[in-house]
Amino acid sequence: MRVNVHVNGEPMVADDVWEGESLLYVLRERLGLPGAKNACEQGECGSCTVYLDGITVCACLVAAGQAEGREVVTVEGLSEGRARRRGGAHDRNPRPDPDADGVAGPRLDRLDEVQRCFVEAGAVQCGFCTPGLVVQAHSLIASASRVPEDAEIREALAGNLCRCTGYEKILDAVRLAAARVHARAAAEDARTVPGGADD
Amino acid sequence: MIPFEYLRAGDPAEAVAAVAGRPGAAFLGGGTNLVDHMKLGVAGPDLLVDVSRLPLDRVEETAGGLRIGAAVRNSDLAAHPLVRERYPVLARALLSGASGQLRNVATTAGNLLQRTRCPYFQDVTTPCNKRVPGSGCSAAGGYTRYHAILGASEHCVATHPSDMAVAMVALDAVVAVLGPGGARTLPLAELYRLPGDAPQRDTVLEHGDLIIAVELPHLPFARRSAYRKVRDRASFSFALVSVAAALDLDGGLVRDVRLALGGVAHKPWRATRAEAELRGGPATEDAFRRAAEAELAAARPLPGNAFKVAMTRNAVVATLRALAEEGR
Repeated sequence: MRVNVHVNGEPMVADDVWEGESLLYVLRERLGLPGAKNACEQGECGSCTVYLDGITVCACLVAAGQAEGREVVTVEGLSEGRARRRGGAHDRNPRPDPDADGVAGPRLDRLDEVQRCFVEAGAVQCGFCTPGLVVQAHSLIASASRVPEDAEIREALAGNLCRCTGYEKILDAVRLAAARVHARAAAEDARTVPGGADD
Repeated sequence: MIPFEYLRAGDPAEAVAAVAGRPGAAFLGGGTNLVDHMKLGVAGPDLLVDVSRLPLDRVEETAGGLRIGAAVRNSDLAAHPLVRERYPVLARALLSGASGQLRNVATTAGNLLQRTRCPYFQDVTTPCNKRVPGSGCSAAGGYTRYHAILGASEHCVATHPSDMAVAMVALDAVVAVLGPGGARTLPLAELYRLPGDAPQRDTVLEHGDLIIAVELPHLPFARRSAYRKVRDRASFSFALVSVAAALDLDGGLVRDVRLALGGVAHKPWRATRAEAELRGGPATEDAFRRAAEAELAAARPLPGNAFKVAMTRNAVVATLRALAEEGR
């Protein structure tokens, strides 16, 4: 069957898709987007987390046909600022200042704040769980009206398994990203809302 | 995974006709359980009829209650203002289940119809009467930490895994079904079966029956309700034992109560004996304990889960005590 799906803002078509393929397989093997990882294939580990119509899902459990006509944002799309959730703090998040992070590496200036904070906090070890964690953390931060508490971060990431880090640095990265994104959103509000600076 | 066809149904009647007309067909909702089972070889439908996009995704107000469409996602239902206000037990039960990614996809009807997580049911290399009738039960004499203490049979000791369904059973939910013979409703508590000698049947639904909605009746005192879940880790884990309760107090007396247990039986277990014991009696810890013990008199624990009898009793007492204190 043919599957039409918007991925990272681009209309894409996958042909000769077998009904038993997952959205994850279509993304990785047919559309050339290996960011979402294939690990447990049971929805247990969260390595394959992507946005589907604006909410995070385990792409391994979405049958290919179920993705027809829908919008997907993968971890690749975050780095170009394509994961738009209306009203979320990320929407008002300006492009990161390329000179601000001081970390060497390719295209760090194009990374989303969550990705930059994972690098800064050293939250990456083998890296296999990282894309899923980044997307899930991005969703948590974008949908929260304030900086989430640790318990909220832990619950939001409960479906993402990491076998290397022990999670401490991952939590550091998410706290850092949440604080920055919301500080920026607050500063933006203060500029655009009359009297907002005093609220 | 064995080959299958995929059909996206345009309306509920088309979906019912498509499944009813083919013995090997199955409805596909969010897929978090069925797609997993197809990969594991536990399920092998030859036609998937996708009902996840049917216009059954609304929560509507009824006379004091709610009608929840079958395709409403677990995360959306948990966040719904009227659910949080009128039935906090349901919001809390939903949020205690699965992970964020799974709740975002899992549907109301799919949650009700999810299958047991008994490890032997999910492992096609072991005998299991629920998966292959007559093949035997590997759990009897095996690993039984998550298995039943109430209502089991020699053929099956599996438990129902849903948290949401435990809250709904406590709330006297009614299920609206569209089948090949037309529409009907039945109490959710009567949807589920005990295993008996036919553990392959989780529910009384027939092939082609499609749940289209769950109705929650007007129950004002459910505003004071709670869900307590005891598990091996703080999140993303099935219940060892869970308790859904709503408590209506009249001074120091129990005017009315709803109580259901999860993790203890082949179905969400409405604790009718405990409720009868509690109604009209004092809202004291002693009374809560006696009521729990009355319900658990019928418990028949397995070698690996005898702890669940005391755990269930204590969880019931703690849940009711917290609700009673909330009301003072």
